[in-house]
Amino acid sequence: MAKPANHDPSEWVDRYGDYLFRYAILRLRDRSTAEDLVQETFLAGIKDRRSFSGNSSESTWLVGILKHKIADHFRRQAREAPLEDGDLRDQPDSSPFDGSGSWASGPTDWGGNPADLYREKKFLDQLTKCLSGLSPNHANAFTLREIEGADTGEICKVLNVTETNLWVILHRARMLLRRCLEATWFERSAKKGS
Amino acid sequence: MLSCKNVTQLISESMDTSLPIGKRIGVRVHLLMCKFCSRYERQLLLIRETVRRIAATEEKPGEPPGETLSEEAKERIRKFLRNP
Repeated sequence: MAKPANHDPSEWVDRYGDYLFRYAILRLRDRSTAEDLVQETFLAGIKDRRSFSGNSSESTWLVGILKHKIADHFRRQAREAPLEDGDLRDQPDSSPFDGSGSWASGPTDWGGNPADLYREKKFLDQLTKCLSGLSPNHANAFTLREIEGADTGEICKVLNVTETNLWVILHRARMLLRRCLEATWFERSAKKGS
Repeated sequence: MLSCKNVTQLISESMDTSLPIGKRIGVRVHLLMCKFCSRYERQLLLIRETVRRIAATEEKPGEPPGETLSEEAKERIRKFLRNP
């Protein structure tokens, strides 16, 4: 059976560089880390070309390597800045709830039909900014769960936390991200529209 | 009776695991009565949906220009790969 075409590694940068970079920066939020991991991916690919079975396309195979590099990076970040108690407890000053647990100021109406948001490059930029404002562990947990679609068991292993703690982390990440998007994107576009 | 604070936690949890039936009913009943919590749930689901679509769009090779490696970065990587 004929194998799908594979290219000489000297062509990889031009052929797959942008594609891998886009994949990396969506998850890492930082240009220079994304560049480094793309470089490491190519290097690993060159060293390990025999593992390319030809059952998938070359780009899928390279993305598979990159995925592992990204998980390793998250693992390293979790080791260097482990979660502290404060990450898992409520922070009263930033809580949107009053003493009885009701909304002190509830979510605002985002209006219209924002279903096409994913096409807007500016929205992606704002999402990246909001995610960068979270602690790395919160942002990475959100990334693995919502961008990567990983299941919670896998994420617990990467971040080295229990499942119960992961739920708390994801809850906080979603709450903070929602609030940031509301303040920086939805309220602005509501004002623009009025 | 669940508070809004409890319900927001459970909404998030229900996005990662299936809640036991008692909690599930508690949340649904609360949402029927609470405008803010229903809005909260809709917005979290919108964020999830949008993020997944972004990921799916970005992952098609040759899809929208979006972010690209700078020429310097490309040159640096090419050089590195010639002499790792």
